Amino acid sequence: MKIDSHALQPEAGGHDAHDSAVHDSAAHGSLSSYLIGFGLSVVLTAIPFWLVMSGALGSKQLTALVVMLFAAVQIVVHMIYFLHMNTRSENGWTMMALIFTIIMVVIALTGSLWVMHNLTVNMMPVHDMSGMR
Amino acid sequence: MTVAVVPSQDSEPIFHVIDEHAHPEGASTMLGFWVYLMSDCLIFAILFATFGVLSGNYAAGPAPRDLFDLPLVALNTSMLLLSSITYGFAMLTMERSRIGATQAWLAITGLFGLAFIGIELSEFAHMIHEGATPQRSAFLSSFFTLVGTHGLHVTFGLVWLVTLMVQVWRYGLIEANRRRLMCLSMFWHFLDVVWIGVFTFVYLLGMLR
Repeated sequence: MKIDSHALQPEAGGHDAHDSAVHDSAAHGSLSSYLIGFGLSVVLTAIPFWLVMSGALGSKQLTALVVMLFAAVQIVVHMIYFLHMNTRSENGWTMMALIFTIIMVVIALTGSLWVMHNLTVNMMPVHDMSGMR
Repeated sequence: MTVAVVPSQDSEPIFHVIDEHAHPEGASTMLGFWVYLMSDCLIFAILFATFGVLSGNYAAGPAPRDLFDLPLVALNTSMLLLSSITYGFAMLTMERSRIGATQAWLAITGLFGLAFIGIELSEFAHMIHEGATPQRSAFLSSFFTLVGTHGLHVTFGLVWLVTLMVQVWRYGLIEANRRRLMCLSMFWHFLDVVWIGVFTFVYLLGMLR
């Protein structure tokens, strides 16, 4: 499809850097890449649901860890096959924005959970918080 | 285009372009929309962090195990996943300039999105009917805020989808409409990515607590 859109344009001269950037971002996945992404997503969704519903792994801690791992992998799959993330589009600026966002998200999430967990541990009486009213 | 003339030594004028050169219309839209999505990602990150902090504070009210119905969540997840792939098909047919097929795939995407919202609303209604309202506990407040914000995003995505279908119907697959459909494509797939976080951290890990 990309070839068709290029064929409509005069080859001589008219392409500057911005023009080609538009076509790079317009480079969408093919049918096979969508289907691969969909297939992977189905598997990566079905396994965590099955693990939690059947309790096949026994240990809750291990199940939680595996489920989170599957989520991380599935997010990467979606980024590549559905959102078409790569290091080339928009001269790498989408990737830069994504990396910056991931850093911010990691700081916000780990910071909040860490600080508030410490607060709970230090401020609460010895017994379990779920027993509190 | 404005040019400044600077007289040089041998009185031959040198021309400097002082205006910015022309940008093709919409050249920066995709990058700008991506930056918007990243800021939206930060909103969800904060809501996830809030939920993570408060998810154990039941205030002697219902816990995830008492409320969540995993088969229903799995059904909901498949609705959103199917809508993602059908939107992908709409983009593929758009690139082949097949208006009828594009509209059909967009309509199917809309129906899957509608099914997702319908199932989510019925789940909320069921929970509220059982007394698990947002006011009941900190866990439920953060749950309804996080999942509700995602549902609201999907709802606005549906409004946008219908708007674009009308646009395509009236003006065809012109360059502007293709650009808009690509923005909505990114928005729609992004919401699916956020949903991965929701079903993992809220529902699956909630059932394991």
